[in-house]
Amino acid sequence: MFSFLLKRIGVVIPTFIGVTLLTFSLIRLIPGDPVELMAGERGVDPVRHAELLAQMGLDKPLLLQYWHYLTGIFQGDLGTSIVTREPVVREFFTLFPATLELSLCAIIIAVAIGLPAGIIAAVKRGKLTDYTVMGLSLTGYSMPIFWWGLLLILLFSVGLGWTPVSGRISAMFWIDEVTGFMVIDAFLSGEEGALVSALSHLILPSIVLATIPLAVIARMTRSSMLEVLREDYVQVARAKGLSMPLVVCIHALRNALIPVITVIGLQIGVLMAGAILTETIFSWPGVGKWMLDSIYRRDYPSVQGGILLIACLVIIVNLTVDILYGVVNPRIRHNR
Amino acid sequence: MALLQIKNLTVEFGSEKKPFRAVDQVCLEIEKGEVLGIVGESGSGKSVTAKALMGLIDWPGRVVAEKLEFDGQDLQEMSDKQRRKITGRDIAMIFQEPMTSLNPCFTTGFQIAEALKIHEGGSRSERRMRSLELLEQVGIPDPSARLKAFPHQLSGGMSQRIMIAMAIACNPRLLIADEPTTALDVTIQAQIIDLLLNLQKQRQMALILITHDLALVAEAAHRIVVMYAGQVVETGPVPEIFETPRHPYTAALLEALPERSIGATRLKTIPGVVPGQFDRPTGCLLNPRCEFATERCRRDIPLLQTDADGRQVRCHTPLDREGKPQP
Repeated sequence: MFSFLLKRIGVVIPTFIGVTLLTFSLIRLIPGDPVELMAGERGVDPVRHAELLAQMGLDKPLLLQYWHYLTGIFQGDLGTSIVTREPVVREFFTLFPATLELSLCAIIIAVAIGLPAGIIAAVKRGKLTDYTVMGLSLTGYSMPIFWWGLLLILLFSVGLGWTPVSGRISAMFWIDEVTGFMVIDAFLSGEEGALVSALSHLILPSIVLATIPLAVIARMTRSSMLEVLREDYVQVARAKGLSMPLVVCIHALRNALIPVITVIGLQIGVLMAGAILTETIFSWPGVGKWMLDSIYRRDYPSVQGGILLIACLVIIVNLTVDILYGVVNPRIRHNR
Repeated sequence: MALLQIKNLTVEFGSEKKPFRAVDQVCLEIEKGEVLGIVGESGSGKSVTAKALMGLIDWPGRVVAEKLEFDGQDLQEMSDKQRRKITGRDIAMIFQEPMTSLNPCFTTGFQIAEALKIHEGGSRSERRMRSLELLEQVGIPDPSARLKAFPHQLSGGMSQRIMIAMAIACNPRLLIADEPTTALDVTIQAQIIDLLLNLQKQRQMALILITHDLALVAEAAHRIVVMYAGQVVETGPVPEIFETPRHPYTAALLEALPERSIGATRLKTIPGVVPGQFDRPTGCLLNPRCEFATERCRRDIPLLQTDADGRQVRCHTPLDREGKPQP
């Protein structure tokens, strides 16, 4: 187990360096620099421009800039935002709970609906239920997030008036931050209506963010389940006199889950990408929206730092998934 | 009254308009404590018959029978729930591939105790005691350690013993063994068969032994059913069938035994293969492969006829004592 972890971490380090190199160069490939963008249409005097760039350390050769950036990371310093003059790490972690809350809620929705839907489709293979589930999931998978989000806003917020359009909670409430999760904090505050308000703000963005992972999980569960249902041990379980639901939930599901867990892990990356769009549509004050704003402002340190931290998160989640594997699948546990 | 009575069991797959009959009007009977051998080539419908009996044929497969009775109870009339009470308890089955028949995610102990749990209940420790007993009965050394083992830690022979333990857990009155030794090597095969036959004698179970090993059937079974392309072609007591086979197919199978070709340079074989969905001949299904086939065999479908001595044969020109076809 220990050597397995070491091997995994050995792979993580080059990935990490690759991410820094990629974000560093990509953000600089976008035309325009922070000074130009801050100055806007008024323009800026070339002398003043050079002066400001020098202040930010952006006048140095690229290789040197990268070196400063890299050494900074290893000292735990991701730089200071050019726009707000705040440390990037602090900005990120102030906003991160909002994104985490949204993503967790989305993944819970995706698993809670996707898994049973996939199982039902597999058990009812070739019947109307199967076609319905698979048709819906293909639609969900092909749906552009921004458009789907707007459709839902039009229907539920504008048309029916059931949910608010943006933010995390109604402006009427002032909630003390305890966990950083608005739903939990609102519940803890004990203020009447706060929890309902927080939930009603959370539900639409969560559904939008959950759509693609849900579709992927449903399809994966179905195909994995179909494969497992053909196995001999499923027949044996039925020959013991177990009812079909028991056979599916005990014998088949445990085996079918193995590939599904990998897919759920991979969806975390998709969620983070989706969070950027979803947060922008719903004005959700999380890291996704902050990253997009930072890109618009050419806030190099914020973009680099944000992407690096998100990459870390994705790497950690996938590492956890690898470890979880062993728990579900005894064959892996013993081979390690 | 027979323990199990099957009359005109048919299993069809594929579309309703052009179905494929994997099992075609099979009639079987087995008495209490009897060992019945079902033999035939691959694709002759042996396993499908067993699965139909266990209720394991799913949509789009269709099972129809004029009579499907176990101990006087009609298996087709009863609800799924009632039927599940019988399968696994009174009728149990051992499958062909021990290595894939155990669920890789659960310990053997869990899988054995599961059968006990659904049919007999009892406390967890009672079930554990019973599982230990069963493992001892099937000759597994160090049973308490084996209960905690996962299937990938067991050999094929060991897995098949576990499968047998699982099948006999609830003292079944009928055990179906579907090619229980095909996937095992020869020395282990003999051990497993000995084990099965010993258990059968001790418990006075009826045993259906599905196999394509005629030598095994000759030793173990009381009665034999020969199947070809989903049909029963001949049934009768073992010694008679081996001495004077009446169906040309049975005769050809016996001729193909290596023991009967001692001194010859080539083994005898039956040319061709069992017909599938798209190459079904008219008349007798065996006619393209039968050395005695006549015009009538190619035209008319023969019926299963019972002779004066109780043997059944499906042939227009059954063989006599010398192996010559009688018109």
